[in-house]
Amino acid sequence: MTPELMKEIYYYMALSRAVDDRMWILNRQGKAPVVYSSNGHEAAQVGSAFALRRGEDWIAPYYRDLALVLAWGMTPREVMLHVLARAADPNSGGRQMPAHWGMRRLHILSGGSVVATQNAHATGIALASKMLKDGRVAVAYFGEGSTSQGEFHEALNFAAVWKLPVVFFNENNGYAISVPQRKQMAVVDVAAKAAGYGIPGVIVDGNDPVKVWEVTRAAAERARRGEGPTLIEAKTYRFVPHSSDDDDRAYRSREEVMEWKKRDPLVTFEQRLEAEGILSAEEKAAMAKQIRDLVNDATDYAEKAALPDPATLERYVYAE
Amino acid sequence: MTEKVLMPQLGESVTEGTIGHWLKKVGEPVEKYESLLEILTDKVNAEVPSPASGVLAKILVEEGQTVPVGTPIAEIAVEGAEGEAAPTAAPAEPSAEAAAVSAPAAAAAPVAAPSPSAERGRFSPAVRRLAREHGIDPASVAGTGAGGRVTLRDILRVAESAAHPAPDTPPEAAPTPAPSPAPAPAPAPAEKPAASPRPLEPGDRVEPLSQIRRLTAERMVEAKTTIPHAWIMVEVDVTGLVALRERWKAQFQEREGVNLTYLPFMLRATVEGLRAVPQLNAQWNGDSIIYKQRIHLGIAVATERGLVVPVIRDADQKNVVGLAHAVHDLTERARKGRLTVDDLRGGTFTVDNTGAVGTYLTYAVINAPEVGIVTMESIARRPVVVGDAIAIRSMVNLCLSFDHRVVDGADAARFLNVLKRHLEALGPDSALY
Amino acid sequence: MAVMTYLEAIRAGLRQEMQRDPRIVIWGEDVGVRGGVFRVTEGLQQEFGEDRVIDSPLAEGAIVGVAIGAAINGLRPIPEIQFGDFIFPAMNQIVEEAARMRYRSNNDFHVPLVIRAPIGGGIHGALYHSQSVEAFFAHVPGLKVVVPGTPYDAKGLLAAAIADEDPVLFFEHKAAYRSLRGEVPEERYLIPIGKADVKREGQDLSIITYSLMVSYALRAAEALAQEGISVEVLDLRTVRPLDRQAILETAKKTGKVLIVHEDNKTGGIGAEVSAILAEEVLFYLDAPIRRLCGPDVPAMPYSPPLEHAFMITPEKIAQAARELARF
Repeated sequence: MTPELMKEIYYYMALSRAVDDRMWILNRQGKAPVVYSSNGHEAAQVGSAFALRRGEDWIAPYYRDLALVLAWGMTPREVMLHVLARAADPNSGGRQMPAHWGMRRLHILSGGSVVATQNAHATGIALASKMLKDGRVAVAYFGEGSTSQGEFHEALNFAAVWKLPVVFFNENNGYAISVPQRKQMAVVDVAAKAAGYGIPGVIVDGNDPVKVWEVTRAAAERARRGEGPTLIEAKTYRFVPHSSDDDDRAYRSREEVMEWKKRDPLVTFEQRLEAEGILSAEEKAAMAKQIRDLVNDATDYAEKAALPDPATLERYVYAE
Repeated sequence: MTEKVLMPQLGESVTEGTIGHWLKKVGEPVEKYESLLEILTDKVNAEVPSPASGVLAKILVEEGQTVPVGTPIAEIAVEGAEGEAAPTAAPAEPSAEAAAVSAPAAAAAPVAAPSPSAERGRFSPAVRRLAREHGIDPASVAGTGAGGRVTLRDILRVAESAAHPAPDTPPEAAPTPAPSPAPAPAPAPAEKPAASPRPLEPGDRVEPLSQIRRLTAERMVEAKTTIPHAWIMVEVDVTGLVALRERWKAQFQEREGVNLTYLPFMLRATVEGLRAVPQLNAQWNGDSIIYKQRIHLGIAVATERGLVVPVIRDADQKNVVGLAHAVHDLTERARKGRLTVDDLRGGTFTVDNTGAVGTYLTYAVINAPEVGIVTMESIARRPVVVGDAIAIRSMVNLCLSFDHRVVDGADAARFLNVLKRHLEALGPDSALY
Repeated sequence: MAVMTYLEAIRAGLRQEMQRDPRIVIWGEDVGVRGGVFRVTEGLQQEFGEDRVIDSPLAEGAIVGVAIGAAINGLRPIPEIQFGDFIFPAMNQIVEEAARMRYRSNNDFHVPLVIRAPIGGGIHGALYHSQSVEAFFAHVPGLKVVVPGTPYDAKGLLAAAIADEDPVLFFEHKAAYRSLRGEVPEERYLIPIGKADVKREGQDLSIITYSLMVSYALRAAEALAQEGISVEVLDLRTVRPLDRQAILETAKKTGKVLIVHEDNKTGGIGAEVSAILAEEVLFYLDAPIRRLCGPDVPAMPYSPPLEHAFMITPEKIAQAARELARF
């Protein structure tokens, strides 16, 4: 990986963390009724995004994927319009809860709240790509809780049988809201489930963006060669509650959180770039200022943007 | 005994099958459950086992032929006399059982009609709206619905008769009246195609029989082949009637809202005739004759869907005005297809106003089980001898077809002469009301 | 014009559409080599290849979910659910995903998709091969639900469904597949979705129905005509969106409405039609609205007398109509 790419990945990780922090502030101000965070998942998301053809390949994200969609090309303004449910929100025009991403122009598939449905959608996108020979890869993102759903298995099986150009990217943070992994499955690794479908299952340190980039690139290349899907399990952690309505103290100890915090991907990757002389102190300061300005601008912009007109309530149920 | 092999239903939604290949020849023995033939359907191809042990006695459907599910395709001569082994019942039983079990369920379905008292004075939203719009008191309207309920149609009838006078011509009728369509849900008789197909020429159009045409045809054939028809005619001078109608026409229209035609006078005269000659108000009953107490007159009406004969009940209790209304109501509803079953039932004698279609003589077919039908032909101005002079008079022919088993010629002639006297007695000053 | 069965009309429609649009892909259980358990897709894999007529794994959720993704990335999928009874594993994908993709994305995404499934009973299909499932989907904004009752309508509505930019459920009555025949044009034609059709004009009462019951209602109407009862038969053809105008017009014309469907009574299409009439044309009604529907039992039993007791027949329709006419 080139130093430039590493810096770019770092930039998006930092941008995401800043946008994320601002969302929580808006929530605590009473301006954003609910927020879902990617805090802690940035390395997995940004690392995988840069292994793909951003904006050309398809991603089918879930609600944890703020860093992913920023790295994919969604702007902080667009994110804030979504968080504050403004009419100009490109994800849903203020119709969906925050973190329900979707932008056709960027090939970010719109998602619902029932988990694992996007695995089937990504499989279908890949089926179309295979038939239409458009060279695209589809990547479904999902948590480890989703792997209990039938559609996770149905999608892996369908894609494996037809050797479709799709990558199943699991962000395993150990908790489905409050339910720990050991109550979710009887295996230690989500990746082990790939064996049941005759496809590779790859485990990667989800807090190391470079390693994530490497395995995702390999999986995408395999898919593009027509060799079929790969299940990637990126082991990571979320540092904040599931949502602004959750209190994670009920189900995990502060000690556990502090232990993982020592491996905060933003901090460790920053240290690495500094240690390897890729990111100077000046560059870092300039980047921080740029990000602060962007986030301030996005917040101001979204706060001033118009709310949806109630007269539009009944629009777009069907083609107009 | 023989066991029939039926074309089986091989799979859901399959309605027919094709004989692929007979695996047994006629005369060959076959075991129960042994494969007998191959069947092809558009879902599956399968071997069909024999329903019984025996000898393949007959092949009823040859290879390559396609027949509906349930069609007998072969017969097995069953060996021995083991009645117990007769598997015939197996396929038949479930359906018989099904019919037996489901019959009560079906019979339970019809809900008892509300009692008359429950429906009197209760008006549907549609009736209330229409009655208000037309300024009609619904309570004053005679109801034809269940339990005497006043229906939407009842209001419309009253409203229409008030607002839209009938056309200026008498009600149309066809030259030969048909009997009324069969009452109730009479099952359609099996089709009887012509014995040998008629040769078709280019441009010919083949139209299957409609239900009404089929029934008409059947009853016509029945009437003409079982009733010994006899026929007589009288000439009637209706100059006075014509003058009477001329005098009243406009006024009647205004007052009654319906057109004054010649038919009500004819009906009135017919009632007089039937009173005088009750032999004609009768029915042939095989080994007896039923003389009807009440007089219900059928009137033949031509409609788009065919000829119908609605009935004016108790015609003898109506004067000319009442008869005019009844004629108007029945012909209107007949043309709109709104006659009820009761409208078509129970006639005791039929009157056909054939003059409306311009004929002068008609040999009408009797509407069995009635025993007579009278026609009123076209009225024509003709030179006739009056006293010792020749005068121009309005003349009409009345023709009577009668069932000679029940009615003698003298009685028939007496009947027509009553009509003649009655009609000739009418003049411009006769009372209408 | 060729006379075809209902099934042949659907197959001819599929073939014609696949010939004109290479983006159309069919998949489902047994649709390829076998041509479907009812043989609707017979011959299509030979003609269009294994890439376009796909024998998919046995998972209804994935069959529909994959179709949603494929539609979004440029195909025009026509997934088949083998029996309407098996559609429920795909309920989430249909209701929560396909139906609301356009709405939830504020018109950014849409799902042009036709899901075909056979419905209805009377063929010894029992509890899990006989159900009428249309009412579940008719409740859902964003879906269109088509229920043809004749071969001609089946082909024309299928073409319209495939041309539609929104998800359409195309429910075929399995008892109609081989029992209904009719003239079907060779050339392509579209019957607009959401338009009902007066299959028979009448004066005394209206039967509002759809799917197989259309032919049954017409038989009942023919029988009643001999009794002097003139019956109008309105074929809804689409149960979402309903053709409100046609429903109101026929009710206003005759003043008496009998709604007939094989689906369970409670919460069925008849309930919605009744509500529309009650809301809009109360003052044209000359009798209470009547519904003749499948009874409120979980589904149609297997044993013949039980199945028969469940099924609506032309005789049952005639009897209900006769009573209503007398009212």
